[in-house]
Amino acid sequence: MVESIPYINLAWLVPALPLLGFLVTGLVNKRLKHNQAGIIASVMVLLSFIISVILFFALRASGQNSATVTLFNWIAIGGMNIPFALLIDHLSLTMMLIVTGVGALIHIYSIGYMHDDERVNSFFAQMNLFTFSMLLLVMGANYLVLFIGWEGVGLCSYLLIGFWFKNPAYNYAARKAFIMNRIGDLGFILGIILLFFTFKSVTFSEVFAHTAGFQSGTPVITLITILLLIGAVGKSAQIPLFTWLPDAMAGPTPVSALIHAATMVTAGIYMIARSSILYNLAPVTLTIIIVIGLATLLMAAIIGLKQNDIKKVLAYSTVSQLGYMFLALGLGAYSTGVFHVTTHAFFKALLFLGAGSVIHAMGGEQDIRKMGGLRKKMPLTYFTFLAATLAISGIPPFSGFFSKDLILNKAFEYNIIVYILALAGALLTCFYMFRLLYLVFFGEQRFANAHPHESPRVMTIPLMILAILSVFGGFLNVPSLFGGNSGFSNFLQSAVVSKTGEEMSHSTEIGLIVISLALLSLVIFFAYRTFVKKAVVPAGDEEPMSLLGRIVYNKFYIDEIYNFVFEKPLGFLSGFFFNKIENTILDPAVDEVGFATARLGTLLRKLQQGNMSFYLFAMVAGILLFIIFILIV
Amino acid sequence: MKEISSAIQLIPLEYYIILSVTLFSIGVMGILFRRNIIAILMCLELMFNSVNLLLTAFSAYHSDPSGQVFVFFIMIVAAAEVAVGLSIVVMMKRNVESVDINLLNRLKW
Amino acid sequence: MIFLFYMLSAIMVISALFVVFSKSPINNVIFLIICFIAMAGHYILLNAQFLAVVHIIVYTGAIMVLFLFVIMLLNLNKAIIPQKSKMTRIMAVIAGGIFFLVLLAATRQTFEIQPRYPFTSEIGLVANIGKTLFHEYLLPFELSSVLFLAAMVGAVMFGKKDHLSDEN
Repeated sequence: MVESIPYINLAWLVPALPLLGFLVTGLVNKRLKHNQAGIIASVMVLLSFIISVILFFALRASGQNSATVTLFNWIAIGGMNIPFALLIDHLSLTMMLIVTGVGALIHIYSIGYMHDDERVNSFFAQMNLFTFSMLLLVMGANYLVLFIGWEGVGLCSYLLIGFWFKNPAYNYAARKAFIMNRIGDLGFILGIILLFFTFKSVTFSEVFAHTAGFQSGTPVITLITILLLIGAVGKSAQIPLFTWLPDAMAGPTPVSALIHAATMVTAGIYMIARSSILYNLAPVTLTIIIVIGLATLLMAAIIGLKQNDIKKVLAYSTVSQLGYMFLALGLGAYSTGVFHVTTHAFFKALLFLGAGSVIHAMGGEQDIRKMGGLRKKMPLTYFTFLAATLAISGIPPFSGFFSKDLILNKAFEYNIIVYILALAGALLTCFYMFRLLYLVFFGEQRFANAHPHESPRVMTIPLMILAILSVFGGFLNVPSLFGGNSGFSNFLQSAVVSKTGEEMSHSTEIGLIVISLALLSLVIFFAYRTFVKKAVVPAGDEEPMSLLGRIVYNKFYIDEIYNFVFEKPLGFLSGFFFNKIENTILDPAVDEVGFATARLGTLLRKLQQGNMSFYLFAMVAGILLFIIFILIV
Repeated sequence: MKEISSAIQLIPLEYYIILSVTLFSIGVMGILFRRNIIAILMCLELMFNSVNLLLTAFSAYHSDPSGQVFVFFIMIVAAAEVAVGLSIVVMMKRNVESVDINLLNRLKW
Repeated sequence: MIFLFYMLSAIMVISALFVVFSKSPINNVIFLIICFIAMAGHYILLNAQFLAVVHIIVYTGAIMVLFLFVIMLLNLNKAIIPQKSKMTRIMAVIAGGIFFLVLLAATRQTFEIQPRYPFTSEIGLVANIGKTLFHEYLLPFELSSVLFLAAMVGAVMFGKKDHLSDEN
């Protein structure tokens, strides 16, 4: 079956090329001239993208839905047989194309952005390593290969967040990201173990084939799905494990774009979408996902309203959009969730790269209160940023409209309250994004020292490509309302099993669209009035804020709560262990062993005094003992 | 010598064994007891002789001349050993000015 | 006959005890000579004629005389050497006693041995010893002469004065 698909043998090259790039740039780190590392890294990812496209067309031409490429027999112990295999099907192809496509654009952008950094070679090595891990994650044919990629992206996230490691605050942020991921990973590992225990296999095809015997709501399946969900919550920054994502903005902006907008944080979504059959059997977990998704999207949107750092606003926006994707998954619309992943990758990467362009031009300034009026100085950046903002707000015909609209429709079918909350989140999203746009690009210039200029072409060309994708990407999945055939959802039908409700009537759909468009226009107008007409600038740090404002500005004090509840007791416990047990008991015990040996040696040394008569005594005693021994034994 | 030959058969073997063991243990006791090197060498000779006696007794008992030939060789070795041992005593007297064995205590680390 | 045996044994044991417990080296030598003569008596009792004579000539005549020479030459009879501490001496006697008991226990099994060859009393004669010596044990005999040579060379080497230390 595998051989009938042409070019399928090239499948292993897709993750291998970035790995090769990592090895080359990592090992010959010191000797590469300035731009060579970046060019090598970008070329590798581009090649992976081209091969992914070839695989896409080859799979389509062959008429099959999936193909498994087994690289080697990995674990074969007793009843456990886990090959190292790659699965090429529609879902993994979608993710591969996103990862390599957007990844290649971000690599090219980074050539310009990281041009002046002294450690630029190791930056590209780590980026390539990340791409390799992410590709392993999405291409894995069983949960263990997925997990390898899962851990790999966690590691690369840690490395890249703490890239400028000379600053201790960045190190703390990197550590926080890694440890929160780890908490999720614990649940994930337990889920895999339970999965293996139940199904005797971890390969996707085998597990999903065996689910036929289980009824909906079986406790085992519910437990498995909850454990896997914990992993996804950690990786995709949902409540309660989301505080690492805003702090992760300490890394360079291309890192934020690639890892924390387009790819790594969507790993959780991908994993749940992949396990759609399991989740369909556990309605309790789906309800939990809906609740988590709603809470996350609202809370992050509220916090984002009051942030003054351009990257932090985008970070909270990412958390909020991830909440939307979780909401879609919880509603059973897995392909919609993946579609939102795709469109979000386009416009969020564009937003981050645009923000990077602004930061680069402003010489490192990230506070939006110190920007303004950049529209005239950086027109290209402004237009692409505008496109992305329109996309994220859900204005037709941009891509965000199609994906968000599908989610809102599904929410309306499910429960009217969920719909209202989701719609409120969409409105908040629109508001803070336009606030960001107006404060940065409109109004009078509030800075004194910087000389902003348009970014070099190596940075603006990816911006333009991503803008085109953000504008026209929505047409991948045009619903039947507008005469399309939902190409994307049908494409994914073979890989994920979405819950199909009854088809909504077209009039209801049109009604919902009209409502949301009307409200969105109101919000945009209100934002325009506040930030452009009245030129309201957010207050500086010294001015007092209202109580509500302070709570929101300080992120609902969640970081402080976590610190008090978790970090302080753990710190106390570890201090206790160190002082009382390690220094008092364990360390001296180990030293005692050495001392006891030395003392034994001193004792035994007395045997050799050099005294003749003692030796004679010893000889006689020895012979006596020997004869007695022979007599008795 | 025929009278003597019949006399041999009267004395049982165990008497000679006990006698030899007695002499040997007296020699061991003497080695541990005395501090003079010459005395220790003499007790060593005592031990040699007890062994000689035992060997000869066994040889007479089993009517095997190999025992007595072996005693002959032991005497040779004892003689050579006494010669060398006494020259060591002379050397010791020359170096340490005394023949007390407790003064020879440098055989350690 | 047994009476002869007992008397000789008594002389031997008593003189051996005196060897151990006497203080002066000359006394040691005297008692040891008495012990050796008693032992020669035992050899004659066993009809080991060759051995008896060789014993007297080699042991009593040569080795003891050698001891006496060394004692006289080094003036050891005048040297007062302190004895070992009381505790050590008691331990020595006890060790000797234990040794005696253990050996006795060890050799108890030999009390029931049967003779191997038919009884002759003529194996102690010089001619028979000579025959055995030069037929079966010729090699050890020749090698023992080499041994004597080595011992002689060693003794002479030890006795010589060190020229190197003299020059220092």
